[in-house]
Amino acid sequence: MTDLLYSETEDDLRSAVRSLLTDRCGAPELLAAVESGTPGDLQLWPALAAEMGLAGLLVPEKSGGQGATHREAAVVLEELGRSVAPVPYLTSSVVATEVLTGLGAGNTAATELLATLASGECVAVLAVPLTTAPGSVPVLPGLTGTVSAVADAAAAQVLLVPTADGLYAVGARDPGVTVEPLVPLDLTRPPATVTLDGAQGNLLAGPEDSRVALHRGLLAGAGLLASEQLGLAEWCLEETVRYTRERHQFNRPVGGFQALKHRMAQLWLEIVSARAAARNAADALATDSSEKALAVSVAQAYCSRVAVHAAEECIQLHGGIGMTWEHPAHLYLKRAKSDAVALGSAGMHREALAELADLAGPR
Amino acid sequence: MTENSPQPDNTAQPDAEALRLRTRELLAAHPPASTGRTDFLRARFDAGLAWVHYPAGLGGLGTPRSLQSVVDAELEAAGAPDNDPRRIGIGLGMAAPTILRYGTDEQKRRFLRPLWVGDEVWCQLFSEPGAGSDLAALATRAVRDGDHWTVTGQKVWTSSAHLARWAILIARTDPDVPKHRGITYFICDMTDPGVEVRPLRQITGEAEFNEVFLTGVRIPDTHRLGPVGDGWKVAQTTLMNERVSIGGSRIPREGGMIGPVVKTWRERPELRTHDLHQRLLALWVEAEVARLTGERLRQQLVAGQPGPEGSGMKLTFARLNQEISGLEVELLGEEGLLYSDWTMSRPELVDFTGRDAGYRYLRSKGNSIEGGTSEVLLNIVAERVLGLPSEPRNDKDAAWKDLAR
Repeated sequence: MTDLLYSETEDDLRSAVRSLLTDRCGAPELLAAVESGTPGDLQLWPALAAEMGLAGLLVPEKSGGQGATHREAAVVLEELGRSVAPVPYLTSSVVATEVLTGLGAGNTAATELLATLASGECVAVLAVPLTTAPGSVPVLPGLTGTVSAVADAAAAQVLLVPTADGLYAVGARDPGVTVEPLVPLDLTRPPATVTLDGAQGNLLAGPEDSRVALHRGLLAGAGLLASEQLGLAEWCLEETVRYTRERHQFNRPVGGFQALKHRMAQLWLEIVSARAAARNAADALATDSSEKALAVSVAQAYCSRVAVHAAEECIQLHGGIGMTWEHPAHLYLKRAKSDAVALGSAGMHREALAELADLAGPR
Repeated sequence: MTENSPQPDNTAQPDAEALRLRTRELLAAHPPASTGRTDFLRARFDAGLAWVHYPAGLGGLGTPRSLQSVVDAELEAAGAPDNDPRRIGIGLGMAAPTILRYGTDEQKRRFLRPLWVGDEVWCQLFSEPGAGSDLAALATRAVRDGDHWTVTGQKVWTSSAHLARWAILIARTDPDVPKHRGITYFICDMTDPGVEVRPLRQITGEAEFNEVFLTGVRIPDTHRLGPVGDGWKVAQTTLMNERVSIGGSRIPREGGMIGPVVKTWRERPELRTHDLHQRLLALWVEAEVARLTGERLRQQLVAGQPGPEGSGMKLTFARLNQEISGLEVELLGEEGLLYSDWTMSRPELVDFTGRDAGYRYLRSKGNSIEGGTSEVLLNIVAERVLGLPSEPRNDKDAAWKDLAR
């Protein structure tokens, strides 16, 4: 059976990440950075990636990483979710890193690129729409074409481009490459359109090896996204409880009204369950369990809804202030809703489960 | 029972190995194959292997509760009989811990052994027609009469009352003080004159519960548990033990109410529709997540980190059982229109899996009411876990007799 608890090391890691985010990514700083259109100005990424070495958590030690597992990366994502931190951790340190690891230690080009990701010098993103579910990767005919809604592409130095010939690494600032930022729903994980027009790239692997590695990357991404959703939901509930205990209406704290108490208690139940589902997915990925695809789809089918529900309740139970730009709740709703379509919607993961759990539909 | 009472064990607290040896000695002296069930259970109690965390002489050896699994594993491997904890669940889960904590030495000696062996079944006379979720509002009166109390009132939703020899009972002994302070806790002999048990037929057609009418029942003061007027505090021990306990056992995937539905789904493709498929997948995910949540809670308990999560499991399972059983009736189509049998029966146990979908649908409606309604449990989560303000209380300082009923 999977280990669903947190280890002492994981608790220590959480404290370190939380303390950094508390210092550098509080609501006022985050809002200011988002408004200026330069969320990178928080200087969060260098601190997380290089100083704390978190970018290399999933990279084997001999490739310059920490050789940690998905369990630790999941804890980092819980904390990043609590702060809706604008860093390319999920896209570069999880998805791209897992794709490159999946190409194998014998792949010199991939291994060298992995080392630069681990050190935090370089950010790489997979050039597919953020909505891509594991098992359904769109492929360009060659290094010409357009890919929309590529998350964190504007922050990347390298794009990993799946094509009919296999997977290419392409410099994001190279000739023939255009990265055009879009106006995002989620201000903290901005997507961009990537246009390739006869770009040059380094072919990392042929179509078959690429397919396996891409699946691995997207599966890890979807599984660990559940932990980000868990952290996000936790923040929303804690903040709502804190606010409704203090906010008085009708000469009582509004948190004392049963209609509101029950809604917050219900959210707590969902979060307790989301934690079990997210931990199960992280552990299944870490141990390379034969059930990892099932564990990931269960976690995504469940946690997407919980995160959106928590963010929506956070807005509603904050009343008027929940609708304002000044209060950070809107950043959480925007992230939660975008997360719900990222890496496969809940519905797509339920469809995957129809097969994985032997529950086929009508003929 | 005194003829078989063991000598108190004054040796050092046994460890796992000592318990294993002690269990093997019990098995050697009373081979299960040639020993009667009850004789074996009595011998096991006297050897201190019934509930090892109880004191020596009362079925235990004063060791940590977790070591019980060592004994249970040895006994199971040897094919020894167990004491059917489901049938005697109320005695085992509620009466015993309360007697152990608040009982006199004489009460402990008298009641614990036959309770554990299953010679005497217990029931719980707490809820009343006018005091369900507001249990402390109860109106059953106990009036002192020398060295006895005279009890009059009505209790309801009493499982096992028709089988029980004894009951734990709470009754009002002082109507002039606020409701929580005027209650006293008793042990009631269900065979005494004035105790009348009537089956209470339910939504399912069967009578799993009873109404119990108490008319001038005389209870000796020696059958009082705890001080006069302190019954609410004593009852807290009972009620804390009523909470759904998630023990050492792991639930397999599809182990709960979802099991029969997915079996039907797989075996009978002709029943499948797209709408049912969507709903089934969603509920399958929820059932799997609930299983994982229970497993995480179990791992927390094993690791000695009990959290507040346990208080939520009953809420989750109640809602899920109702939704899943509702879907099952629809999935069965024409068969869902039928019901196995409306003849009134008196089951000893609730058997969810042995009955049909219609029964499961109807019976699961009780899951969100029995053992604390979901509404009350949500308040508990909101107040004790999340720290939200308490419900306003206008009954706290008023005398019970002045409350609206």
